[in-house]
Amino acid sequence: MASNVNTTAEVHHAGAEHGGAFPPFDSSTFASQILWLAITFGLFYVLMSKVVLPRIGGILEARHDKIAKDLEEANQLKASSEAAGAAYEKSLAEARQRAQTIASDTRSALNASLDAKRHEAESSLSAKIAAAETTIAGIKAKALAEVDGIATETAETLVSTLTGESVSRADVAAAIAAVTVK
Amino acid sequence: MAADKVDPIHQFHITKLVPINLGHYDVSFTNSSLFMAATVIVGTLFLVMATSGRSMVPNRWQVVAEMAYSMVANILRDAAGKSGMKFFPLVFSLFMFVLVANLLGMIPYFFTVTSHIIVTFCLAMLVISTVVIYGIWKHGLHFFGLFAPSGVPGALVPLVTMIEVISFLSRPISLSVRLFANMLAGHITLKVFAGFVVTLSAAGVTGMAGSVLPLAMTVALTALEFLVAFLQAYVFTVLTCMYLNDAIHPGH
Repeated sequence: MASNVNTTAEVHHAGAEHGGAFPPFDSSTFASQILWLAITFGLFYVLMSKVVLPRIGGILEARHDKIAKDLEEANQLKASSEAAGAAYEKSLAEARQRAQTIASDTRSALNASLDAKRHEAESSLSAKIAAAETTIAGIKAKALAEVDGIATETAETLVSTLTGESVSRADVAAAIAAVTVK
Repeated sequence: MAADKVDPIHQFHITKLVPINLGHYDVSFTNSSLFMAATVIVGTLFLVMATSGRSMVPNRWQVVAEMAYSMVANILRDAAGKSGMKFFPLVFSLFMFVLVANLLGMIPYFFTVTSHIIVTFCLAMLVISTVVIYGIWKHGLHFFGLFAPSGVPGALVPLVTMIEVISFLSRPISLSVRLFANMLAGHITLKVFAGFVVTLSAAGVTGMAGSVLPLAMTVALTALEFLVAFLQAYVFTVLTCMYLNDAIHPGH
């Protein structure tokens, strides 16, 4: 151990004395640097190409694949949701159409039955009106016929009262008829 | 010791921890080797532990690991196309190694592996030799079509080829010097300004008041150096990808 420390110290001392040469251009150290660079860099190359790069490359590839897969899945889901949306829209449109048909059918059926009822009511009312008008016409004709009688009687009474003469009912009636015709 | 503290070069000294000799070569396990090993361990452990959850929705550590992965993958794919992805482990290792080494170097008293030109030059040569070997193996002599761009008038071909060859040969130099010089210069500047603080505050009350400025500078430089540590790893990676593109598609 002691001798080892000694040699290191001696070497260091020798280096310090030697110190005239600029270290990077001191060719006495080249052989050692080249050999150790070859060993260490060779080892580093093997470690990189066999261990590290496959590892990182694998991670990146796995992520790339996963993203591609997820995107594809998302696209599929989007397509199926769009299809479901379209089907919903279609059935909604169909249902709306059917509802409209039902509504218009119901409306026309109701209109028809209303029309029929109105017609019935109108015809029964007009029948009643016609009957009433007939009755009224009858009553009116009867009343008018009675008016002639009353007029004749009144005129006869008036003439007989005013003149004191008795006038035949037939004359009175003819006179009244002449007046009323005029 | 006091001299060590203000010597901005001291931090780059390589000290032997376990002396080893192979024939005529001194291949001792040094502090530089120690921090190369630390870079490997820290880099690997961070990436493994950050992804230990393997979660679909990542936590913040896993996000960092995944961001590093996808950033390097994107740089490589943009520069070299899909067929460039076979170099992904190499490019990713380079990026992580340089980044972790740079960031470890930001911790006080830690050695910066990438502040030595020989390390960055080896990494650059690794890239360039990969380009040349793969290019020739894949395209044979067509690879040298890289130096003779099509659509150039006949008289200009020798000149253009010469320029292309020089630019190709300067690539490993520019690639390594850029990283090395950035790390070296940054650490020296940081050390110099921090040294001002120490020296000035030793000179009484006036000195302490005066040391506020270099202290603020040190704080600002530290932030800048963290940016540089990342940026240089990034630049190294981008250029690596562009050079690899030449190996895969040699025709201009």
